[in-house]
Amino acid sequence: MTTAPAPRAKLRLGDRIFSGSTVTAGVIILVALAAVAIFLIAQSIPALTADPAELKGSPASFWAYVAPLAFGTMWAAALALLMALPISIGIALFISHYAPRRVAQTLGYIIDLLAAVPSVVFGLWGIKVLAPAVTPLYGWLVDNLGWFPLFSPPVSGTGRTVLTVAIVLAVMIIPIITAVTREVFLQTPRLHEEAALALGATRWEMIQMAVLPFGRPGMISAAMLGLGRALGETMVVAMVLSPALVITFVLTSSSNSPTIAGNIALNFPEAHGVDVNVLIATGLILFAITFAINSVARIVINRRKAFSGAN
Amino acid sequence: MRPVDSSTVNALTTGRLPRWAPWVLLGGSWIVLCVVFGFVAAASDSEFNIAAALFLGTILFDVLIFVVAYLVEGARQARDRLITSLVATAFIIALLPLVSLISTVLVNGLPRFDIQFFSESMRNVVGEGGGALHAIMGTLLITLAATLISVPIGLLTAIYLVEYGRGSLARAITFLVDVMTGIPSIVAGLFAYAFFSLILSDPGVRFGLGGSVALSLLMIPVVVRSSEEMLKLVPNELREASYALGVPKWLTILKIVIPTSIAGITTGVTLAISRVIGETAPLLLIAGFTASMNYNLFEEKMMSLPVFVYTQYANPGTDVQSYLDRAWAGALALIVIVMVLNLVARLIAKIFSPKLGR
Repeated sequence: MTTAPAPRAKLRLGDRIFSGSTVTAGVIILVALAAVAIFLIAQSIPALTADPAELKGSPASFWAYVAPLAFGTMWAAALALLMALPISIGIALFISHYAPRRVAQTLGYIIDLLAAVPSVVFGLWGIKVLAPAVTPLYGWLVDNLGWFPLFSPPVSGTGRTVLTVAIVLAVMIIPIITAVTREVFLQTPRLHEEAALALGATRWEMIQMAVLPFGRPGMISAAMLGLGRALGETMVVAMVLSPALVITFVLTSSSNSPTIAGNIALNFPEAHGVDVNVLIATGLILFAITFAINSVARIVINRRKAFSGAN
Repeated sequence: MRPVDSSTVNALTTGRLPRWAPWVLLGGSWIVLCVVFGFVAAASDSEFNIAAALFLGTILFDVLIFVVAYLVEGARQARDRLITSLVATAFIIALLPLVSLISTVLVNGLPRFDIQFFSESMRNVVGEGGGALHAIMGTLLITLAATLISVPIGLLTAIYLVEYGRGSLARAITFLVDVMTGIPSIVAGLFAYAFFSLILSDPGVRFGLGGSVALSLLMIPVVVRSSEEMLKLVPNELREASYALGVPKWLTILKIVIPTSIAGITTGVTLAISRVIGETAPLLLIAGFTASMNYNLFEEKMMSLPVFVYTQYANPGTDVQSYLDRAWAGALALIVIVMVLNLVARLIAKIFSPKLGR
């Protein structure tokens, strides 16, 4: 005995064309991302094979040129994250658990405004407003805490230091970290919160026991997303930082380790020959770092989604 | 306060600070620090620094509320009050740069925010005068082209992910789109340069469409994510009703799903535009900068407003102040454009969104 085959819907031409074009669009995105990697690698090869003496500033090798840049990128971004993370978590808690519900959305919108400001405007503000404002503070720090390695003299007279850059970067990544952590905090199971409050916990004890443990993976990935943004931020660094090809931890001096992105923006318009390839190779390194950090952050977030039970 | 009779005291509120206490303390701390800073400013003849006064006043409040609550309410409540005030402090700290930034841009940008700024280019201008018409034109053209590239790709991908996508391809696209949102903008610019300089074998390639390609790389993930969210909101009953009437899937999507979610999609696209319209770094690399008008996306360097701000700041001539004035005016124009786009996006979402609830 044979069973009749299940009736199948007729595939119409319109359906085929339409679904085909949607698949194509999706594949284009994958191809574009692959193309970014491929073309950056292709343009980087001349830099790796070139004679170091031909490079700008004739460093000992390509890696000797990259090391201060990579260090500066990490250092500025880490400082920014250090400042932005506690403030962002505070803001996220303020919006999700402290502010009255009616104004919470407006407050969130105000923080989002920070994200809407173009980076070049932040750069202009950083160099013209923030840097002069913090210069006296740096002078005081170096005079009184100069024995501490981070503040060793001489002090920068213009405020164009890595600390100023990190402050501006922190302001720029606060909205990103806040947005993600706020979402996670809002997903905390209501019953956990109410159970804690019913046992007589104060609001902070409730947050400590119910909200923060639940939100920890979300906070970690939010921090990584913010870090990724800070690593790649260009204009603020290009406009504010006064760079020198050195590796230094000093926060208040006028010779700071440059960052990859800022270095590209400053040197690319005038570069030619193999220098262009060198800049592209540094860009490839930046791409690889941010890609890795963002991937890990997204994996953490996605795993959270699957197991949280909140949706 | 009136004296309370101990027999009528409400047991639930004894030993607690009155409701107005934190607010009075906050206001008091601000006033004290403002007075102190006022005296310092008057004594040293420097400018009154209101941001620092408010900031230090808030810190003083954090300390005061902890001490007062510790004395009146005990250690646990005091810690709770301290955290509450710290969390509010975090919000105020974030507000300070925003307020400072917007006020500085307004104050410094308004003097040159005039008709000349919007009607002239920088061609043959070396001192005062001149404007940003070429930059505004370039920004409009580049962003328009980027939108034309990104919206079809982004929207179709979102449709694929919501309506068709199953299995590993959809998962890969979702994941990579998420990761793409974190690509540094300068890498997008480098890619556009690497791509076009290889294809056109021109190591000095600079043109507007290259900038559009770089911007689309940043814009597509935003469009995909927001459209995806909006398409998911369309109730399945609508699709099933359409199928039940014998409408093919592609027509269901085109005539039912997209019209239902078009308000949300438009909002998402507008927000995506507002995100890329302020991008500087990629355009600096691939679109270059010039002082002249250029209406052709395919040839020659093309100025854009963010790059205009940057070059006015970075390459001032002999008359530094007039260059700086133009930079601030450009920054003001940028902020106005971005804010208007944000506002429009929110208005679209509010006015045109379908009323699903009853």
